[in-house]
Amino acid sequence: MSAAAFEARVREALRAGRRWYPAEFLFWLAAFAAFLLLPGQLLLLNEVAILALFALSLDLVLGYAGIVSLGHAAFLGMGAYAAGLLARHVTADPLAGLACGMAAAGLLGLATSPLVLRGSDLTRLMVTLGVALILYELANSFASVTGGADGLQGIMMAPVLGLFDFDLFGRTAYLYSLSVLFLLFLVARRVVGSPFGLSLRAIRDNPLRASASGVPNGRRLAAVYALAAAYAGAAGALLAQTTQFVSLDVLDFHRSADLMLVLIIGGAGYLYGGLVGAIAFKLLQDGIASLTPQYWMFWIGLFLVLFVLGGREVIHGAVRAVVGRVARFGRGAAR
Amino acid sequence: MLTILFDGIAYGMVLFVLGCGLSVTMGLMNFVNLAHGAFAMLGGYVAVLAMQRLGLPFLASLPLAFLAAALVGIVLERLVYRPMYAKSHLDQVMFSIGLVFMAVAGTDWLMGSTQQFIRLPAWLQGRFEIAGIGIGRYRLFVIAICGLLAISLHWGFTRTRFGSRLRAAVDDARVARGLGIPVNRLFAVTFALGSGLAGLGGALGIELMGLDPTFPLKFMIYFLIVVTVGGTSSITGPFFAAMLLGLADVLGKYLVPQLGAFIIYALMVMLLIIRPHGLFARGRA
Amino acid sequence: MTHRRMVLTGILGVALAASADGAALAQEAVKIGLVLPMTGPFASTGRQIDAAVKLFLAREGAVHGGRKLEVILKDDAGNADATRRLAQELVVNDKVSVLAGFGLTPLAMATAQIATQAKVPEVVMAAATASITEASPYIVRTSFTLPQASEPMADWAWANGIKKVFTVVTDYGPGIDAETSFAGKFKAAGGSVESVRVPLRNPDFAPFLQRVSEAKPDALFVFVPSGVGAQFMKQFVERGLDKAGIKLIGPGDVVDDDILEGIGEVALGAITTHHYSAAHDSPANKAFVADFQKANPGMRPNFMAVGGYDGMRLVAEALKATKGDASGEKLIAAMKGASWESPRGPVRIDPETRDIIQNVYVRKTQKVGSELHNVEFATIPNVKDPVKARK
Repeated sequence: MSAAAFEARVREALRAGRRWYPAEFLFWLAAFAAFLLLPGQLLLLNEVAILALFALSLDLVLGYAGIVSLGHAAFLGMGAYAAGLLARHVTADPLAGLACGMAAAGLLGLATSPLVLRGSDLTRLMVTLGVALILYELANSFASVTGGADGLQGIMMAPVLGLFDFDLFGRTAYLYSLSVLFLLFLVARRVVGSPFGLSLRAIRDNPLRASASGVPNGRRLAAVYALAAAYAGAAGALLAQTTQFVSLDVLDFHRSADLMLVLIIGGAGYLYGGLVGAIAFKLLQDGIASLTPQYWMFWIGLFLVLFVLGGREVIHGAVRAVVGRVARFGRGAAR
Repeated sequence: MLTILFDGIAYGMVLFVLGCGLSVTMGLMNFVNLAHGAFAMLGGYVAVLAMQRLGLPFLASLPLAFLAAALVGIVLERLVYRPMYAKSHLDQVMFSIGLVFMAVAGTDWLMGSTQQFIRLPAWLQGRFEIAGIGIGRYRLFVIAICGLLAISLHWGFTRTRFGSRLRAAVDDARVARGLGIPVNRLFAVTFALGSGLAGLGGALGIELMGLDPTFPLKFMIYFLIVVTVGGTSSITGPFFAAMLLGLADVLGKYLVPQLGAFIIYALMVMLLIIRPHGLFARGRA
Repeated sequence: MTHRRMVLTGILGVALAASADGAALAQEAVKIGLVLPMTGPFASTGRQIDAAVKLFLAREGAVHGGRKLEVILKDDAGNADATRRLAQELVVNDKVSVLAGFGLTPLAMATAQIATQAKVPEVVMAAATASITEASPYIVRTSFTLPQASEPMADWAWANGIKKVFTVVTDYGPGIDAETSFAGKFKAAGGSVESVRVPLRNPDFAPFLQRVSEAKPDALFVFVPSGVGAQFMKQFVERGLDKAGIKLIGPGDVVDDDILEGIGEVALGAITTHHYSAAHDSPANKAFVADFQKANPGMRPNFMAVGGYDGMRLVAEALKATKGDASGEKLIAAMKGASWESPRGPVRIDPETRDIIQNVYVRKTQKVGSELHNVEFATIPNVKDPVKARK
């Protein structure tokens, strides 16, 4: 095989990985159609979109780079506070806030990446947890800046793009969050399909072999960690802007734990896992909470236990079968 | 000042009893059991119930707390934990968080969300002074019990046949199994022992840390710090880690209350940066 | 105003107008969205208020001003984002006429914008930071404010020969409110104050109490959220601070009626100032406590419960005054200046600040029969929230 032919094959393979499946179109179509179909649920949908973005961020580091984290809330909180403070003191423009939140969280990710990239899984879990807890305490201690346990009050957002004001029904909020999610998803899709993304998977599967074939492990991991942090920051910024409020809760441990749950439910390593998981998690939480407002935690816990003990194969098997059928159907139509 | 040191030691001792079971199980099966705190809570509630409903004296309720937690530990290990050993760390974390959630909500439902209290016998209340150091009787009692436990655990771990088998299994479970050591049974016993100790710690800690349904979540971080800093291959590691944690926490709050809860987390991250495998861990290939 | 905004405002206007029309028909139920922490660390607050709200409907009936009251309970688990979303959903989907509950300051604050935007009264039944009612012109409070309960303590302490006080408060809004208002008043009177703040999640009070014992003050002023109080009291006695002659004083949260029995005898002798004690000596309160305990065996109503009960009373009184008109503007206007006889004594809503004006009682924790109670021995009548009164 000539070098040119080989290169062509590689290119073809890369392109194949990037191809859009019909199921994906359907997914996004449904997401935007929900705006019209479920006008009473937009607030919940907005939370779903934000959680999905947050889960997407964890999927980037966990699913593609194999870095476990129990402290992803650190970046969510960083983004939320950065966007909130910007809106309060500098400009109320949502997009500026979004950029600011992403930048702040990304920088934090870059700064903490050396800590995370060493040691075993267990050490990583602990260090990420520790970083999130330290941020929590910092936010609590500097109450003059962050509002402490009372939360950051008085955020008033200007209309998105100067046109769409945030309303009580959550219309603008949902469309805004969903659009941001969609754009960032496109970027993430592009990134994981690129040689950079492939090298990440190589590191995840076998770090020794990856570095032997010339992949700069440390730098790649740091880069994706910072990128994921920026994504989480975006989720935080969206949260702060659409609720016009930031509380210490964004940095709390349960955020990180819930997030893991979301990704476990949806499955890591194919980008849609976070999105599907976020939908399932929020619906589950909302459904259970309205049935038994006091003990939803128990049912979530039971669900988790059963899920890990064996339910996952059942659910994922069913999902895969459906997706497979849809994909086959789409391909058949294309031919 | 010395009084504060004394308080810190008592606090650290309780943390040790709570956490040491976790470190051994983690080392042995490489299993991240975040639900460890749930066993501690169980012990605490058993002690409270034994005293309030059955009217047992405080001293009698302590072994009961140990036994109850150990028993539940054995049953759960057998039924639900065993299939988890082969799964990934992440699955284990999720699984045990699920257990914690169930424990928290279940306790809330059974016992209510309020703080639980025990009445100490008169001879454990109050304090006395030796050379200007104020010593709380209960804290002294806690230190004595936990100190004895630590010594006997250390002895058991290093000097008995059980201990040497356990160490062998922690170092390399596969080889140990090949040598005819019944690793599964060993593990079940250790798990029960660890859970029982957590239960005992939970009962002892009611006076120092309080007890309500969110206990496993509130203190999960502390246990994990003890384990990660102390390493998983000895008794002395978690012991010194717990001491360090207790002292640093109490001293830090005393000297610079503004920084409060901040200190222990910073300490943990720093230690893990310097020694990623734990402060007292033996080097491993 | 852009086209889109006009459309949105239009829709909102129509929605509000529709609800006003409904009011004119006067037969539709008035919905009250009750958002409380029913799970999580502050679940006891939620349980108390929920029980009190149910008790109100059982004792006083559901029909007031010709309209039936319907309560929709939601659990926010003490999480401010959830509170906000639930409140928003209650307004948008369930079309509630009143939002109520709010166990903690951040939860009440997070909802303020919704109340303003939707013009729906927000009845705060528990949260006690002074500044809450300033966050929205639609917020009314039926609980208390910490300065309201703390400043009388400073007067009492000074008048009773206490010169040097050490304050220990939990480091968040209400705690800081309690500390600054007490310290300000006490220093103005001529006393000296030393302060330390305890983090919100704090397992062990030993190090802070050690500082207190070294400072040797005449009294220790303490505010911790109810629930943590028990642990604090126990360690206070365990360190022998009571025997060292240090008086325990503070707003009543530390000797919360709900957990007083659990704290046990270590609480004896604590002097606190608060607006409600289950031992309050009035026929109205005796009946209230008896009915509450009949409906909820094993529970004793605390200041949270009375805040919830009076919150419902306030809505009922306002509906009577508007003759069943449940539009936000009318309700809030009717709430301003409303007054009634509460289990805690006479109360009134300040028309300017929408905060509650009530008696504050000085109490001592004592044994009454076989039970521990906070027995009131002095009354400071009609206390306004001092922070807002100074403005």
